[in-house]
Amino acid sequence: MCVGSAAIELRGITKRFGNVVANSNVSLSVYGGEILSLLGENGSGKTTLMNMISGIYYPDEGQIFINGEEAVIRSPKDAFKYKIGMIHQHFKLIDVFSAAENVVLGLKEKGKYDIKTVSERVAEISEKYGFDINPDKKIYEMSVSEKQTVEIIKVLYRGADILILDEPTAVLTPQETQKLFTVLRKMREDGKAIIIITHKLHEVLSLSDRVAVLRKGEYIGTVETAKTDEAELTEMMVGKKIELNIERATPENPQDRLVVKNISCKNREGVNVLDEVSFTARSGEILGIAGIAGSGQRELLEAIAGLQHIDGGEIIYNNPKTGSADNLRDKTPLQIRELGVRLSFVPEDRLGMGLVGNMDIVDNMMLRSYRKGKSFFLERKAPKNLAETIIEQLEVVTPSAATPVRKLSGGNVQKVLVGREIAAAPTVLMAAYPVRGLDINSSYAIYNLLNQQKKNGVAVIFVGEDLDVLIELCDRIMVIGSGRVAGIVDGRTADKNKIGLMMTKTQGGNENEQ
Amino acid sequence: MSNNEKHIHEPLFHITKRSDIVWWKAWLIRLAAIVAALFVCAVVIVTITDYNPLQVYKTMIEGSFGSERKIWILLQNLAMLLCISLAVTPAFKMKFWNLGAEGQVLIGGLASAACMFYIKDSMPNWLLLLVMLFASILGGVIWGIIPAFFKANWGTNESLFTLMMNYVAIQLVSFFIMLWVPSGSSVMGVINQVTGSGWMPDLFGKKYLFNILIVAVLTVIMFVYLKFSKQGYEISVVGESENTARYIGINVKKVIIRTMIISGAVCGLAGFLLVSGTNHTISKELAGGMGFTAIMVSWLAKFNPIVMVITSFLIVFLQRGASEIATAFRLNESVADILTGIIIFFIIGCEFFINYQINRRSKQKEAK
Amino acid sequence: MVSTIFAFINAAIIQGIPLLYGATGEIITEKSGNLNLGIPGIMYIGGISGIIGGYLYEHSTDNPAALACILIPLICSLAGSSLMALIYSFLTITLRVNQNVTGLALTTFGMGVGNFFGGSLLSFFGESGSISLITTGNYYKASLPFADKLGLFGKTFLSLGFLAYAAIIIALLTSYFLNRTRMGLNLRAVGENPATADAAGISVTKYKYLSTVIGGAIAGLGGLYFVMDYTGGAWTNNGFGDRGWLAIAIVIFAIWRPSTAILSSFLFGGLYILCVYIPGLSSSAKELINMLPYLVTIIVLVIISMRKKRENQPPAHLGLSYFREER
Repeated sequence: MCVGSAAIELRGITKRFGNVVANSNVSLSVYGGEILSLLGENGSGKTTLMNMISGIYYPDEGQIFINGEEAVIRSPKDAFKYKIGMIHQHFKLIDVFSAAENVVLGLKEKGKYDIKTVSERVAEISEKYGFDINPDKKIYEMSVSEKQTVEIIKVLYRGADILILDEPTAVLTPQETQKLFTVLRKMREDGKAIIIITHKLHEVLSLSDRVAVLRKGEYIGTVETAKTDEAELTEMMVGKKIELNIERATPENPQDRLVVKNISCKNREGVNVLDEVSFTARSGEILGIAGIAGSGQRELLEAIAGLQHIDGGEIIYNNPKTGSADNLRDKTPLQIRELGVRLSFVPEDRLGMGLVGNMDIVDNMMLRSYRKGKSFFLERKAPKNLAETIIEQLEVVTPSAATPVRKLSGGNVQKVLVGREIAAAPTVLMAAYPVRGLDINSSYAIYNLLNQQKKNGVAVIFVGEDLDVLIELCDRIMVIGSGRVAGIVDGRTADKNKIGLMMTKTQGGNENEQ
Repeated sequence: MSNNEKHIHEPLFHITKRSDIVWWKAWLIRLAAIVAALFVCAVVIVTITDYNPLQVYKTMIEGSFGSERKIWILLQNLAMLLCISLAVTPAFKMKFWNLGAEGQVLIGGLASAACMFYIKDSMPNWLLLLVMLFASILGGVIWGIIPAFFKANWGTNESLFTLMMNYVAIQLVSFFIMLWVPSGSSVMGVINQVTGSGWMPDLFGKKYLFNILIVAVLTVIMFVYLKFSKQGYEISVVGESENTARYIGINVKKVIIRTMIISGAVCGLAGFLLVSGTNHTISKELAGGMGFTAIMVSWLAKFNPIVMVITSFLIVFLQRGASEIATAFRLNESVADILTGIIIFFIIGCEFFINYQINRRSKQKEAK
Repeated sequence: MVSTIFAFINAAIIQGIPLLYGATGEIITEKSGNLNLGIPGIMYIGGISGIIGGYLYEHSTDNPAALACILIPLICSLAGSSLMALIYSFLTITLRVNQNVTGLALTTFGMGVGNFFGGSLLSFFGESGSISLITTGNYYKASLPFADKLGLFGKTFLSLGFLAYAAIIIALLTSYFLNRTRMGLNLRAVGENPATADAAGISVTKYKYLSTVIGGAIAGLGGLYFVMDYTGGAWTNNGFGDRGWLAIAIVIFAIWRPSTAILSSFLFGGLYILCVYIPGLSSSAKELINMLPYLVTIIVLVIISMRKKRENQPPAHLGLSYFREER
């Protein structure tokens, strides 16, 4: 169906970061007038691959061809030269500038600078592709969708013929997604080559001409959209189930510990990040939370921990000691603790939230416990003992307990954090991506710790990204997508493909399927 | 070999953050900076005066330690600068840029002077001293709490706010001097010259000993407070990461305001010591720029009160030494400020070489 | 009465000019994200460099030429204050030292240099007394020839030396540069969000250096105006007073807009000398009036932070250094 040379072709691209292979021998091509979806789970290397096309990374091996000629792309500037434009997930815009000002920022055009002419050209581009944007509107007054439009116009203004969009629909409402797709189709008609990174299957099927799939850095293959279906794509994406041999005990005497009822919250742009989420976490059980990154996992845990304001719903904690049921909604972390709720939280951002990088292990141990006692002064003996116990029992590799934690490796940082949170003898333990970036041994050490807590009767909530781990470790798995609960499945009988499908299907956008 | 391509695009020098540096290396770099600074100072002085640099340094040392009186003055100046440096430190540790120490000291001093002026000898001296102490601390606290309140609630830029507060304080002092001095002269004479009411008593016959002892005790207290108290710990956490502070349930607003109360209170105390224990009068120049110098002292010492003894000594020694040079070689007093500036440039500049490391692209990597 | 008012306006403008230079320079600097608290020191340097240049020239010739009398101090002043700003830039941009500490040290240093040379320059040449460059001062003070003929208006607005008009023109040009040119746009982007500017291909380091040095040079002219025009070529130690800090206050008061800074400077200049023009004012009340500029600035600062209107905020990255690898 495609004649001539591809607008962009990758041959045997490999990229390593230290020992981690982010992309291994990836080959794919996109033609003008075509939309290619790049499909893959979190951490499958999609963004790394695209960053090599847009000049942010340079491949270790392999070649890139633009219109049939080999190209060397070492910087975003080189990428501009080859008319490649990337729309990042995190917008690079100046808040107090208008759309037009952001569009011309850093551009070395000839002729006199006149913001009016820029606005006119922006309006021209908008009309051509059907964008709905006011060039003079300030970025801080814009919705996410409008900001994204500015990013796309920025790229088009620079004359890009090859557009890469990194998860453009992750932040959009279904209606906005439809608008975006209309625009993208118009660009396709205009002869542009478009690569869209996504993991939403229905979008892939409704929009793209071909789909390339990556899994754990490996290139799996490219299929024509017309000749495939969701089942095949899911299998390509998640692969066959891998046995990990994580132990899983049967929960003993589970009791409802934390009952979350219909909680909702909005982000700054007014988009629902949590939408009527309800679930129960039981004692002696590990509840897994599966979902594409950014589907509301962080907000959910922070809402329970008292760090996120919620607009509606209840968070009921059944106190095993007193038997009372307390609502934790809109309580500060301190108030929650004063209620006698023993809630431990291993946040995603270890050094930015869970620990203080510049403080040593002992001082980090105190973060939770320093208030203890009436004394005006700190009591460092207990934390010091705790630090030494954790170092010994969890085999933390560190020169001493007086070493600042930022100097430890990722796995050891996590052991310190998890160790501290467990030491507080919690009744509820929440852990967000606790094995991210950890090697196999450290990961298993963390699984064991969680299992131990489970045996001790703790209600464990585990937010993970690796479906194999979730299926083997958790008793129940709650799948969330776009801030909604897509379903709760039993870990022992769960099917990987089914969970994958639940994750990628979002309510509201379904009308394009079939 | 796989990384060759990537390196081609990098500049000749590549700067990265150091993860670690051996302590002696860090101190070697600092020492080298001081030596280099002294060398530049010598060059400057020799260029202006044609004197033998060794002679100049000798004069400087004599200016600081030449006589018992000079040593006492040195110690007194050291104590005052140290006191104000201690005051700004808790705020800095919290990353609250209190540039208003100058004003907080002035208001403290003004409060003391007002007590001396109005109460005179109508109450016993010890009681008057207590009243003055209380009033000064209160004054400093008020001056410190206003910017803290706005910072905590609305995020008002504290460095600009505190900076402006200095000049409000200066004008307030001028206002009261005008009010108190009937002649219309802008200089306030010594207050209670005859009765000595509100004057800090001599200790063992030494005029400044009381001041020095108070500051010495305060240094230890501040060290202990920051390092061993729960509040000090909270200050460190808020300064390092507000996110972590929220995560463990610290009320960030409360900590900001509480810390600025302490900062302002110590500044007020400094004002009291300057009026009651040193000058026995008030003027716009009461703090004499020490509020700003203190910021540098605290910064150079990395907020460690004990190290601040050394850094403030360094500054005071320079200033005393330079003023001795000025007298000896009949130069202008301002030479002290020039030397202070040069030394500070070098010491703050050298921190870069402690925190960052410059990697030169190696030849091997360049060759493909 | 009318003539008093006009005299007051004239005096307010004269007082406002050094402030305007300082404020314009600081605005350019702050737009790049550098909070240069060394501006008061730089203004001293701008003054003393001009004095030294003028002194050396006046004493090297019997017949000082008008052009040289103007150009030599001007160039010396620009060079001196640029050099100071360069020290600040090197320390904060290249060595990433804390901006507040560097700025305050620079002010200490600059005032020291100013007062030192101001006090000792004559003694180096074996003279005594205080510096007074009447010839140079007169050239700087020369007003438009037809100023006298235009009555009160001429006396008030046209009788000023050329540096006064230059200040207004520079402020207007700066306003135009920041809002209407490509480089101005890039500069503002650097101060708001250097990482984004960097990604857009703007050299953050280059812009920060240039704006700080040019801003410093402009601020230095305020010092030059003060010593040459206002005092007529005479130097008194600490004569410049706290005007440098007042200039920084104006930056806030004018919410980082050079065109607004023009009238703000005259307003602050007016407040600075208002007490002289109000009859029957006690000397203590005068001091309270002198407090007004700072109080008003604080109120403005509080209001803009409470209203949170994005256009009125300080540049978002003000006071922070940028290190690409920390993104």
